[in-house]
Amino acid sequence: MSTTEKTPVPAAGAVPDGGPVLRLESVRKTYGRGTVVLRDVDLEVPPHSVTVLIGASGSGKSTLLRCANLLEEIDDGAIFLDGAEITDPRADADAVRRRIGVVFQAYNLFPHMTVLDNITLAPRRVHKVPRAEAEARARELLERLGLGGRADEYPDRLSGGQQQRVAIVRALAGRPRLLLLDEVTAALDPELVGEVLGVVRDLKEEGMTMVIATHEMGFAREVADQVCFLDGGVVLERGTPEQVFGDPQHERTRRFLQRIIEARRL
Amino acid sequence: MPEQAGEAYAPSQRRIERERFKRARARRATAVAALSTLVTAIVLFLVITGSPGWPRTRETFFSAEYARKALPKVLEGLLLNLQLLVVCGAAVLVLGLLLAVARTLHGPVFFPLRALATAYTDFFRGLPLIICLLMVVFGVPALRLQGVTTDPVVLGGSALVLTYSAYVAEVFRAGIESVHPSQRAAARSLGLSSGQALRFVVLPQAVRRVVPPLLNDLVSLQKDTGLVSIAGAVDAVYAAQIIAGKDFNFTPYVVAGLVFVALTIPMTRFTDWVTARMDRRRAQGGIV
Repeated sequence: MSTTEKTPVPAAGAVPDGGPVLRLESVRKTYGRGTVVLRDVDLEVPPHSVTVLIGASGSGKSTLLRCANLLEEIDDGAIFLDGAEITDPRADADAVRRRIGVVFQAYNLFPHMTVLDNITLAPRRVHKVPRAEAEARARELLERLGLGGRADEYPDRLSGGQQQRVAIVRALAGRPRLLLLDEVTAALDPELVGEVLGVVRDLKEEGMTMVIATHEMGFAREVADQVCFLDGGVVLERGTPEQVFGDPQHERTRRFLQRIIEARRL
Repeated sequence: MPEQAGEAYAPSQRRIERERFKRARARRATAVAALSTLVTAIVLFLVITGSPGWPRTRETFFSAEYARKALPKVLEGLLLNLQLLVVCGAAVLVLGLLLAVARTLHGPVFFPLRALATAYTDFFRGLPLIICLLMVVFGVPALRLQGVTTDPVVLGGSALVLTYSAYVAEVFRAGIESVHPSQRAAARSLGLSSGQALRFVVLPQAVRRVVPPLLNDLVSLQKDTGLVSIAGAVDAVYAAQIIAGKDFNFTPYVVAGLVFVALTIPMTRFTDWVTARMDRRRAQGGIV
């Protein structure tokens, strides 16, 4: 896809050559009084790479993604997008979010808008793209994801897999620098998982930089350049899929993978 | 921030600096807001007190002497407004809920009830309160029915209940309809009867959701109790009118007005508090 090529370069001089698109430095996040969700998390996401976060529910995967998109305020540490710190209170959160696409587990499409309006909302209102242009691009993206005839439908008329693909198109419509996917197949029927993962696979081919939280281990193994195993808010293990899946160093990682394999057999 | 046992955490320099900046920004914002409020207040004060008619207006509307004279009478009248609020408020909530439930009943058996409730809300929501009041407080006694009261307080209160229960019924109905059908389906599939599903599953969720608009209607009712003065009941407004008419000075009205405002403020703050608490419960820790 031409998405990544056309992505406008963010603030001038902010992109160091070859530097990571996203970088987390000692990120700490607590909820309420004393529940530590993320503890000294470091992470680097190089351009055109896919980072997959695995770990049990509550291990901090979703929180990490929400922090990266500034939906959550971190307590300590820093997050950098293209080398610029986005967790600085002086940073413009809206401008940061404009450069990051997010796809949620529950799609979060706007039920009162057609598919086309869902997709063109941000391009038209935020990026000030003329309506005709925004719609042309939306239709082109829909076509490419096999949703050509669905532009004027309302989300509730679509299957879960179709809704999630629309959500992906919506996230892509703003030409993001980075795409965050939060368990995008967790709410889908098994036979619909494939169509959504197929789209993500294509995005990788096209060079989209992504951070993906998922429970689909086979998919993680196939698509990831880097796998991080989160446990209790800590990145316990990280490496290539071969390293993490093939030769896990930690007892907890082994046990987690074992449980997943057992669940699959049922 | 409290820590879990066995873990040493000390805020980094970055965090300390960040929090210092946020505090400074908050202070700056507060200062700007306070200053602009002060400037607006001063300008308003100067414009009003500098106007050519001000000395005269002050004497007619803001006379301390008349205010002192009117206050006890107005407060005495206010007691009636409070009584009306409590009694009518309770009646409105009960009647409104019954009407709302009647409108949401399914099945042909309930058609007459449903139609009646619909007609009632349509009629009394559309009828101006003042006309409803006049009809009830002057029309009912004119019938000279045996055993029916002619007490303006009772009749005025009834008129308030008639109108407000129609409003409140619609608020309740909106709440009932906002509860997702799947909740009802789940309740019914557990074997709960239609009525039980309504009582134990739907209504508790519905009522919680409509608390803010309900309180809003109650605040409105609180003010409108002042309208029973047109029937001749001596409430705060009528008490003010009596004094104002005797001395040709409007200060008692201002006093009555301020007393009502003072009464509504706690209610409004309470509404805000309830709403904020509900929002906090719903929010999952996000900041947008």
